[in-house]
Amino acid sequence: MTSQSRLDLPGTYVFDGPTSRRGHRMNKMFMSLIDPAARTVFTADEAGYCARFGLSEEQTTAVLERDWQAMLDLGGNIFYVYKLAMMDGLSMQYLGGVFTGMSEDDFKAAMLAGGRTDV
Amino acid sequence: MSEVIWGLATSHVPSIGAAMDRGMTDQPVWSPLFEGYRPAREWLAQHTPDVAILVYNDHANGVDLDIVPTFAIGTADRYSVADEGYGRRAVPDVVGDPDLSFHLLQNLVDEGFDLTVFSELDVDHGFTVPLSVWTPEPGDAWPCPVIPIMVNVIRYPQPTAARCYALGKALGRAIASYDGARTVGILGTGGMSHQLAGARAGFINPTFDHMFLEAIENDPEKLAALSREELIRQAGSEGIELIMWLVMRGALNEQVRKVHSAYHVPASNTAAGLALFDNRAVQPA
Repeated sequence: MTSQSRLDLPGTYVFDGPTSRRGHRMNKMFMSLIDPAARTVFTADEAGYCARFGLSEEQTTAVLERDWQAMLDLGGNIFYVYKLAMMDGLSMQYLGGVFTGMSEDDFKAAMLAGGRTDV
Repeated sequence: MSEVIWGLATSHVPSIGAAMDRGMTDQPVWSPLFEGYRPAREWLAQHTPDVAILVYNDHANGVDLDIVPTFAIGTADRYSVADEGYGRRAVPDVVGDPDLSFHLLQNLVDEGFDLTVFSELDVDHGFTVPLSVWTPEPGDAWPCPVIPIMVNVIRYPQPTAARCYALGKALGRAIASYDGARTVGILGTGGMSHQLAGARAGFINPTFDHMFLEAIENDPEKLAALSREELIRQAGSEGIELIMWLVMRGALNEQVRKVHSAYHVPASNTAAGLALFDNRAVQPA
């Protein structure tokens, strides 16, 4: 069954009901990383931490491999995924580069040039 | 009765706050943005209200996805600044105004806006960055008490632009009916065009943004008629935050006087906009 109100816009994630359900446990795990103590526990055993939050095998693999694209495809919301990126010292420009096949520097340059107005 | 004296629309990009916190506002990448704020800040410093209402969204700091209110209001006497993971911003906590919060809540519910109530709420950059845009050096306290109104702009379906505008109108009536002859400032935050994820990440639409900046002053009905799909298409998946500007605009009079507006690309991945309106413009007879 699919949602009858899916917005199909190429290159754009819409965090709708089915997506939110798919990513719920993973997003909760990301949000927990706000707490420094939780980050320590996560770092000591990332797979175990993911298991505790009930992530699927695919989601756990995406997290362990830092496959940012896969995290989105598996229901991750960008504001939650970003908690893990911040922990790794990565910026939103870095992620923008990953999602668009650019280096972080090239993505930053594109933004400084006025953003991607042609997509 | 109380009176809305001004409305301020502004982006709430976290890096704007970070640039201020780290003393980077004079750097070439940032100075055009902050120069653009200057006339608005000078005017606002001369027009401090008794209380302000700030319409914003949380970014996985004050609430998580277990419960996502479509519209919510804070009724606390104090709101802590959220630690978003690496220490809270070195800005003051926010003093609230529970009495006005309860008045607004009752009037809005009576008008059919069934808001969720936050008795406790940590406010994140979506809230503190607009306060910093307004007041760059608050010292120990923000200029006045501030009441949060939270809008879901992350989880689809977001409220429609029309509903946000209608909420603003009801908010304006609720403010007007509050005894105490207080002056009120209202902030609508977020935007402008931007998209953080997907192959369209980095998307900016200056044509749409300039249209929005003009219409928020003179033709908000046109903006209220935009569907959420059209907003996501034209402003990006995160640019839909602009619906929060309509809550602010709805609370203002039909005719407003623009004090200042500014537009700059980029603030990190986002087009940053600001528009300040004096709500004491003479109304048509």
